Amino acid sequence: MVSYSLFGQEEENLNSKKLAVDVADLTVAYRDKPVLWDVDLQVPSGVLLAIIGPNGAGKTTLIKSVLGLIKPAAGRVLIYGKPYAQQRGLVAYVPQRGSVDWDFPTNVLDVVMMGRYGSIGWIRRPGKNEYQLATEALEKVGMIDFMKRQISQLSGGQQQRVFLARALVQDARVYFMDEPFQGVDATTEKAIVGLLKELREAGKTVLVVHHDLQTVSEYFDWVMLLNVRKISSGPVDEVFTEQNLRLAYGGKVAFLTHHTHQGND
Amino acid sequence: MSELLNNLLFDYTLRTVALGAGVLGILSGALGSFAVLRKQSLLGDAVSHAALPGIALAFLLTLSKATLILILGAALAGWIGTYFIFHITRNTRIKNDSALGLILSVFFGFGLVLLTYIQKQSYSNQAGLDKFLFGQAAALLQRDVLTMIILSVLVLSLLVIFWKEFKLLSFNADYGSSLGLPVKKLDFLLTGMLVIAIVIGLQTVGVVLMSAMVVAPAAAARQWTERLGLMVILSSVFGAFAGISGALLSSSISRLPTGPTIVVCISFVVLVSVLFASGRGLVWTWLREQRNRHKIKIEAVLSDLYILAEQHGSIERSHPISVLRAMSIGHGGVDRSLGDLKEKKWVEQKPDESWVLTPLGLEEAKKLFDGKNKIL
Amino acid sequence: MSPQFEIQLIAVVVAVACALPGVFLVLRRMAMMSDAISHSILLGIVLAFFVTKDLTSPLLVLGAALTGVLTVSLVELLNRTRLVQEDTSIGLVFPLLFSIGVILISRHAGDVHLDTDAVLLGELAFAPFDRLIIFNTDIGPKSLYVMGSILLLNIIFILILYKELKLATFDKGLAAVLGFSPWIIHYGLMSLVSITAVGAFDAVGSILVVAFIIGPPVSAYLLTEKLSFMLLLSTIIGAIAAVSGYWMAHFLDTSIAGSIASMIGITFSMVYLFAPDKGLIALARHRTKQRIEFAVEMLLVHLLNHEGLPEAERECHRNHLYDHLHWEEDFIRKILKNGEKKMWLRSEGDLLYLTEKGRAMAQESMIT
Repeated sequence: MVSYSLFGQEEENLNSKKLAVDVADLTVAYRDKPVLWDVDLQVPSGVLLAIIGPNGAGKTTLIKSVLGLIKPAAGRVLIYGKPYAQQRGLVAYVPQRGSVDWDFPTNVLDVVMMGRYGSIGWIRRPGKNEYQLATEALEKVGMIDFMKRQISQLSGGQQQRVFLARALVQDARVYFMDEPFQGVDATTEKAIVGLLKELREAGKTVLVVHHDLQTVSEYFDWVMLLNVRKISSGPVDEVFTEQNLRLAYGGKVAFLTHHTHQGND
Repeated sequence: MSELLNNLLFDYTLRTVALGAGVLGILSGALGSFAVLRKQSLLGDAVSHAALPGIALAFLLTLSKATLILILGAALAGWIGTYFIFHITRNTRIKNDSALGLILSVFFGFGLVLLTYIQKQSYSNQAGLDKFLFGQAAALLQRDVLTMIILSVLVLSLLVIFWKEFKLLSFNADYGSSLGLPVKKLDFLLTGMLVIAIVIGLQTVGVVLMSAMVVAPAAAARQWTERLGLMVILSSVFGAFAGISGALLSSSISRLPTGPTIVVCISFVVLVSVLFASGRGLVWTWLREQRNRHKIKIEAVLSDLYILAEQHGSIERSHPISVLRAMSIGHGGVDRSLGDLKEKKWVEQKPDESWVLTPLGLEEAKKLFDGKNKIL
Repeated sequence: MSPQFEIQLIAVVVAVACALPGVFLVLRRMAMMSDAISHSILLGIVLAFFVTKDLTSPLLVLGAALTGVLTVSLVELLNRTRLVQEDTSIGLVFPLLFSIGVILISRHAGDVHLDTDAVLLGELAFAPFDRLIIFNTDIGPKSLYVMGSILLLNIIFILILYKELKLATFDKGLAAVLGFSPWIIHYGLMSLVSITAVGAFDAVGSILVVAFIIGPPVSAYLLTEKLSFMLLLSTIIGAIAAVSGYWMAHFLDTSIAGSIASMIGITFSMVYLFAPDKGLIALARHRTKQRIEFAVEMLLVHLLNHEGLPEAERECHRNHLYDHLHWEEDFIRKILKNGEKKMWLRSEGDLLYLTEKGRAMAQESMIT
């Protein structure tokens, strides 16, 4: 299975079964304009990948179309070699915090337990097993003391942690996160990064829509630059270069010199 | 009072009406909670109006006024209306509120055309079809109520069975979809259940007032709890309460139509909830603010005395109230604050009516400044 | 003037008078407020009736208009507590006001012809019977003059405050900053809606007022991007619905107001389907065209990438399109036809090649 980035470079000939995520020719249009155009992405297992690009680049759309929430005009998505629809149990989604009404009458524990609904199935109520998994996840994100707290009383960072815990209980192999660091305090940010790295150590694959260019090399080992088209994707050292950034952002990245790698792409 | 209860048990009409109204209250309260949480508050209004052509057509096609048939017709029309609303908002730039208003009025108008046609054709048993429009609780028959109860039990069972799925759907549908939840089908089901609840209630309170029954019990319940389960239960209880009280009141006071009375009852419940619910209620918020304001004023006077003591190097020197008032220009309430401070034994009043900090008061004042000034 | 003509004239006047403020309600996302107002003015009418004891008093219009404004204020008040969502406030306020109105009627005015049927439904057919007599001359049906004056009022309001309405509707914040109090505009508009609703009451009833206020503007919304056109089109569509509705009622011998509302529905459906650019059919056609165009571009880029390379024979083979891009056979045919027609590619047997133009096109795609 051969695939090409914009510059006609050949990427590794990877066996698609070993790929955690394999997206090909993904095209999504809204009214007249393409939001995603002919996007290919191949992500190997056990990688922590940042999806970056300017506003309107299609980053959230990419995640949503991969998860089947938006219907693409063309393209297909494979998770570990099989279509996404057959692999839902392997995938966990952490949506943007703003996508939910935090005034909803429910508490932290309840939200986390929602992550188990997929495995419990119909009619059955969450039981002791689910409770245990939920509390473990809450401990991992440092929110165990807030277990019975109403979600309307949470700060931004706390909300984010709850969403993370909800994803953790799914015990998935691939995680998609949409701007988990948006509007979050420094301590929470460090905690989340730690958690993501732990996931990677455990062999999970994590794809994160990220907005802060300064922290890309520090937090992630792979990166994908997206601006309607895929600019490039791969290991940070190879791909996170000034030239690629300029292509993605159209010349707006003057401040980044010591964070990028002076590659010669 | 006891006569009322007596009537409730033994008067056939009152019993039937109260039961019907109570069932309506429970059902609309329960499903209304989800409608409100899913930002579909006015859908009730739209569905009530859109149901009219369904009722008329059901009659025209079957020539039967059986409640079940009319309910099915109404539900079908209501459901089609909902589908159109969804379709319009999804495919054009027309916003949700405009779509609601459009479908509501157009369907209703068409229903009127059918209704007038029926009246002009003078079918033998068409009288009373428009009772569906305005709700004629007093005309409820026992078998109508039976139909209502059966449907309600069905709908409420579905609610219990799919409880966690509906909860997830209402809170974060996208996430639910990623878990594999058949979001579209569940949405269809829940909306369908709402439509049935509305249509069942039409006979009792009529088209115009049904929207209140969907929204008000839930709005009231929301003030009292942060838990979804409790909210739904409270909402049902409030709904039933309003239904039964409305029925009782309208039976005992002459010329008081049932439907509007029920709405007045539930509005009263909403008012009380909004004002007095613990924590959120407006009255409590106001009281809290007042308490805070008072606390701030007391602290201001205390710290003023502390500052004065600092300037003079000791707390022995007392100060007349005029000085304190001058320091508190714009804040007022100095007298009252001093009175409170005296009660707490943080200040003392000298024979010449001037004021001085007590050693206890000094301690408290120091806490206010918390290490900023340690002269005394 | 024959009664037939008078009825149609009144209907047209009502339609036009309602469409004008309706445009702004739709744009301000306050469509359901018209529903709320048109129901709660019943209370205003009842209270005014208690004061004047005269069903024909103009004070009724005043009372109703005030209740309309009251409704809006109560909804705002409730919203401001933030204990209840926006939509919910509307659904709480108007049923209460309406209920109080109905109870008052029931208790104190049961024998007056002010029953809920009339309020909700109205009946245009009777309008010609209520004449306006000045100096012993019958100059026409009263409703015509009442609605006519209201129409005039609406036109004047909109003409004078056109740019303020436009600004406040589009950008409330900017309007405030520039010194045009959005609140005055807001309440002014709502008072206008209340007055219009009262006037139209008699003829068409509450619920159909809503049809007139929302229906034509919403249809016009799909037909134009200019505010002035939207206003013009709404009035035209409203007038057409009014007249055609009348004739429908005439032939089917049924409620005039209901027929007009149904015609509003039918005109909307036609616009919904057939509107150029925004109608469903136009959108579907556009989507298909777009799919093909995107696909052709993708194919060009694909061909460009593989051109001249060793595996070109495999990659540029027609059958490969199915494997790599998962395109069905007839879709492939459509795309190739499109591409060949535009002279961007040509096929030799089963292999595909770019033309000069095609290569340029592909390169251009890659850069933008």
